[in-house]
Amino acid sequence: MIPEIGQFALTLALMTAVVQGILPIWGAARGNAVWMHSAVTTSSLQCFLIFIAFGALMRSFIVSDFTVVNVVENSNSLKPMLFKVAGTWGSHEGSLLLWTLILAVFGAAVALLGRNIPTSLKARTLSVQAWISIGFLSFMLFTSNPFDRAFPPPLDGNDLNPLLQDVGLAMHPPLLYIGYVGFSIVFSFAVAALIEGRVDPAWARWVRPWTLAAWVALTGGIALGSWWAYYELGWGGWWFWDPVENVSFMPWLLGTALLHSAIVTEKRGAFKSWTILLAILTFSLSLLGTFIVRSGLLTSVHAFAVDPERGIYILGLLVLSIGGALTLYAVRAPKMELGGLFAPISREGGLLLNNLLLALATATVLFGTLYPLFLEAITGEKISVGPPFFNASFIPIMLPLVALMGIGPFLSWKRADLLGVYQRLKWVFVFAMLCGLAVWYVQTKGPALAVLAMAIAIWLLVATLREWSLRIKLGQVGIKDSLDRLRRVPRSSHGMTLAHAGLAVCMFGFVGSSAWKSEEILFVEAGTQIEIAGFDVTFEGAERVQGPNYVASVGVLRVERNGRYVTTLRPERRSYPVAQSQTTEAAIRSTPAGDLYASITEPANQEADGQWTLRILYEPLVGFVWLGSLMLVFGGLLSLTDRRLRVGAPKRKTQIVSPPQSLEKT
Amino acid sequence: MSRIVIYLPLFAAIAIGLAGWWGLNPDRDPNAVPSALIGKSVPVFDLLAIEGIQTAGLATADILEIDGPVLVNVFASWCVPCRAEHAVLTRMVQEDGLNLVGINYKNDPSDAAAWLAELGNPYSKIGSDRNGRAGIEWGISGVPETFIVDGNGVVVFRYVGPIQTDAALSSIRQELAQADEDTP
Amino acid sequence: MIRLICALLLVATTALAVEPDEILSDPNLETRARAISVNLRCVVCQNEPIDTSHAGVARDLRILVRERLTAGDTDDQVYNYVVARYGDYVLFKPPWKPTTYALWLAPFVIGLLGILAVVSVFRRERARPQTTPDLNAEEERQLARINEITEDRTP
Repeated sequence: MIPEIGQFALTLALMTAVVQGILPIWGAARGNAVWMHSAVTTSSLQCFLIFIAFGALMRSFIVSDFTVVNVVENSNSLKPMLFKVAGTWGSHEGSLLLWTLILAVFGAAVALLGRNIPTSLKARTLSVQAWISIGFLSFMLFTSNPFDRAFPPPLDGNDLNPLLQDVGLAMHPPLLYIGYVGFSIVFSFAVAALIEGRVDPAWARWVRPWTLAAWVALTGGIALGSWWAYYELGWGGWWFWDPVENVSFMPWLLGTALLHSAIVTEKRGAFKSWTILLAILTFSLSLLGTFIVRSGLLTSVHAFAVDPERGIYILGLLVLSIGGALTLYAVRAPKMELGGLFAPISREGGLLLNNLLLALATATVLFGTLYPLFLEAITGEKISVGPPFFNASFIPIMLPLVALMGIGPFLSWKRADLLGVYQRLKWVFVFAMLCGLAVWYVQTKGPALAVLAMAIAIWLLVATLREWSLRIKLGQVGIKDSLDRLRRVPRSSHGMTLAHAGLAVCMFGFVGSSAWKSEEILFVEAGTQIEIAGFDVTFEGAERVQGPNYVASVGVLRVERNGRYVTTLRPERRSYPVAQSQTTEAAIRSTPAGDLYASITEPANQEADGQWTLRILYEPLVGFVWLGSLMLVFGGLLSLTDRRLRVGAPKRKTQIVSPPQSLEKT
Repeated sequence: MSRIVIYLPLFAAIAIGLAGWWGLNPDRDPNAVPSALIGKSVPVFDLLAIEGIQTAGLATADILEIDGPVLVNVFASWCVPCRAEHAVLTRMVQEDGLNLVGINYKNDPSDAAAWLAELGNPYSKIGSDRNGRAGIEWGISGVPETFIVDGNGVVVFRYVGPIQTDAALSSIRQELAQADEDTP
Repeated sequence: MIRLICALLLVATTALAVEPDEILSDPNLETRARAISVNLRCVVCQNEPIDTSHAGVARDLRILVRERLTAGDTDDQVYNYVVARYGDYVLFKPPWKPTTYALWLAPFVIGLLGILAVVSVFRRERARPQTTPDLNAEEERQLARINEITEDRTP
């Protein structure tokens, strides 16, 4: 019964979306306030209905209702409850339902919370949002229905892939989707503005909080995915430039560019056309990502549903939405008013360079990801484009950008005083260079590029802190005054400082864990000793442990340093009987200096009986990747709470006052 | 100039869309990797016979000696689809007079011998590749795989997977006929 | 459509990528071997290098790479050996050849296009007729002072 309610709710939601897609935008064209206002009702209703559908599917998972095909394919009565719940979005159909839910939530949020947005723009935006919803809801109902029934119901379901039975990974899709789908509302705003034929600087102000919210979620989602890969997959890496990773990264890069470009449009009215284009392209990349992941087009470890028929449907969706939006852009963009002039050396100039570099990075990643497909289509030849290409092209683009980030906040609008900037930053530069030399002295192995990258990361961190300290006049006035200034500085400034510093911290982690990693692989039996990165590790043997739906062999590793006991690592090798597969659970000891990372398996060589294969890694500074990501997320959240974003453009409250009587008489 | 720039994103999107549409062709296998041996001469290898059976071992020279096109079939007893393919290959040897040789990939000799005793042995020669090194010379990634070598000792075709369906069979026959024609 | 790759099924669940019995005793050679394995793609896996793949073919190739290195091959010779048998597909770093010029040159070309676009927009803006009249010296000074006071450095 409940699954049918869910399906019915979805159908109703589709019908509501159709109404929402027609009425408000027609009303905006005709100036009909009632029709425009209907968007509030329809978007709230849509959100409510899809919540019901989502709840129905989740309930089916919680009670293990094996009459629902989706539950059979992705769940099992032995699974822990948390993962039963997570199974709701763990499949192609379920994740699509999550997509449409978030689409509806963002639509309703704009409808209910966007009080400052002019009615016609809001109406058009919600209509465009509804068009996207129609696409996804119909895709679900016609090709990927999560509520299909199974008769006769099996006694138990297939297990969810044990690799996915993990808290980190359970939260990864929701966060990621809030990011991807959050950019849909920005896309809708952009298309609505193009339809309206007008882009005010205020448009950028209204768009900013939604862009920021989506960006924060996407940052969190990507970081969570990387973190999961790091501790789960057993080889100590956290990024592989796999096509599916790339399609999540590209909207992030372009979203970052959009955030910064919107600032210029808001403050100076410049970059209007470019900001609109970015808004369209960021969501277009999200859609492209959905297409690539679900159509089986490219080979990837992550690829979900491999079904060309579904692929054609999504491709059709893409053609309509992306093609339509870009055509509209090409026609309408030249008519937009140009913004304020600025000198090349200015904050606008800096942000322009920022956008150029981010766009170039995105284009490079996109081209590299799709190149095998293009080449195969044209010549039939198959090649692979992997980490060597992406690292070689991406890093040289990003390093100058990171260096620029240190200077950017010091530049003033319209025309910057380069000499002043130089004077404020010269000691920071010297300090960074000295640190670089120190790093070079300490770390003699590893690529030279690592030293340069570290120096640039230190430069960014210190330059950001310097800007912050100058802003609150730290050291120049009393501590109370500084604290006072701290409170009065708008939160978005603090957000910027935290986020930029966060990126610098991330870079410490990137460089440390990639360039200065050490690794030992060997056969061990009880009593074997290994030395790695100054630690003395003894393998004491393996124990057998029973889990809820698995049996595990747990290795016991005693870690000492300079004769003193440090910790005991317990890497596991788990066997899942239902799914008939195995996973490795690595044991990690994390400190700021680095992670000691151990994993075990049975040896492939059958003669080595009673022995285990042990893999121990030492990854310096890798914890900073996660710390930096948290700083990025919190920086964004801090900016989101800025009063200016919530209050919006001030309204005129003065009334027309009639002149005093005395004046009139004379 | 700016006109072109404004339309650039749209053109890029169209190009990606076309590539995507091409990529969705149901006949296309995104995981299929073309063989690097096509158009090159037979790889160099030398394998002993499977212990315990009469059929001689297989080496490069053996293939070059044979007049006309040769089918080189990589198989193993632990490979389930190979059983079905076996019947097809046997028929081809009997009906079409096919020159069939085999590479027994990572197979215990007694298992292989038992398998051949049970199903019959259509191969004129079989090389026992215990460590998979000969397989690497042929650039295989799994079992079964089948190669067609023409009369000049040039590898002209590779088929991945069991030759079971009618389509596969006719494709192989077609390639064999082609190879026959091309040989003087 | 699914290729039945029996070799993979046989060995997949027990191996953990590089095995201790594969490791060479010469650390320099082993470092080179690891670097090469990271750059070679496993042909039966979904986008993984042979260094971390569990597949049987991957293990065979890892051992092969080490044999070639021990026999004195340079890194390039080892790559060429594998490519001769499996094609360019196994290289994670696309080779520099006519069909990949576009790939390697793309970042430069796109970067150049970006710069050209920016320059042309700048030129267009500069050519815009000035509608505001020029200020005299006194007004310039007043404007400079106002700009200084109201300097907005918030993001």
